[in-house]
Amino acid sequence: MSDDSQRLPVTTDQDVVRVRQLVRTVAVAVKLSLVDQTKIVTAASELARNTLVYGGGGEVEVSRVQNDRRAGIRIVFADQGPGIIDLELALTDGYTTGGGLGLGLSGARRLVDEFEIDTEPGKGTTITIVKWCR
Amino acid sequence: MSLSPDEASRFAELLNRHAEPVVARWTELVTAGLRGRLSSAELRRQTADLQHAFQQALAAGATDLGDEAAAELRAQLSELSNGRARQGFSATETAISIYAFKEATLEALGDQSDVAALKEYLAFSSFVDRAALFTFDTYVRVRESIIADQTEQLLELSTPVVKLWEGVVAVPLVGTLDSARAQVVMERLLQTLVDTSSPYAIIDITGVPAVDTQVAQHILKTVVAARLMGADCIISGIRPQIAQTIVALGIEFGDIATKASLADALRHVIGRQKRTER
Repeated sequence: MSDDSQRLPVTTDQDVVRVRQLVRTVAVAVKLSLVDQTKIVTAASELARNTLVYGGGGEVEVSRVQNDRRAGIRIVFADQGPGIIDLELALTDGYTTGGGLGLGLSGARRLVDEFEIDTEPGKGTTITIVKWCR
Repeated sequence: MSLSPDEASRFAELLNRHAEPVVARWTELVTAGLRGRLSSAELRRQTADLQHAFQQALAAGATDLGDEAAAELRAQLSELSNGRARQGFSATETAISIYAFKEATLEALGDQSDVAALKEYLAFSSFVDRAALFTFDTYVRVRESIIADQTEQLLELSTPVVKLWEGVVAVPLVGTLDSARAQVVMERLLQTLVDTSSPYAIIDITGVPAVDTQVAQHILKTVVAARLMGADCIISGIRPQIAQTIVALGIEFGDIATKASLADALRHVIGRQKRTER
């Protein structure tokens, strides 16, 4: 279902910037509206930073997707970090263990159309987000 | 294959005897390689210095570039690649300047076609190769330091604090606001507030492509710090897509005044100033 997908490692702050630029390029290519472009770029920025800060680095895969009616963009963030022990707590607004605003994970979920999180303590975390064209 | 002390001294003697033609031929080769981007008088001086350094190093019994006897030669090579890197020559062009020395020396050797001479020349050649690689290393190091300097300069450049009106300073933010830049912005802004004794500061984020929680947190911290110093902060340049994203993320700017454009923010501040004057 997906064609050309691109992978980027996330091990430094510069990589987060690179992920953001790649997501913006793909978002423009699938013709997302300006608002949706900004939303998906911001969500990618949050989750890529989480991968770096909490997951200890990982990988991001950005691909164009297509269903029956619409085109979209799918981004997968994967790390082999400590995983999330209490997912419900982590998704609560304002909860943070890293001194941030505590809105990254929960906010990112509100910015996208599909949000799937697969985590196991000690095994790592994989988050998949999708944004469809309107 | 490295030079023996015996071979080194023989090459030193050869270089001494043929100094003039070797330097002339070497300069000619280098000039051709750099396609006239350096004057031949300058190149001639450089190659003469280098030829002398090679000759001295070999005469002192240097069999390897890392030897104590080759210290002066290494210094010369560093200086050469330093200059080339700063003048914008490529790494290849820099290394070729040294490789050309082999060809120039070969011509000075003349028509000796015995195996011993060939062996000696090979050893000498690998010595020069290492010298060329040494310039390559230096070149890369110099380039890296230039890049580091430029990054620093860019950091400074991209965060100007401007006086917009009597008592009003503005920080137009452009590009990515990471922790390092946020720190510079905050320091600059706070210092400017003191220097100009301005009661108002406008942080304009028109040029920031995406405001995520980290950027928001940096801005909020800057605003709080400015408030501690008695200055009021206004955030301007909030475009529609940024506003919607901020709402979806759930970031709250609390009682901080925000405006769509810098002009609105300035009008807002001037209005407040007039009210307080009354």
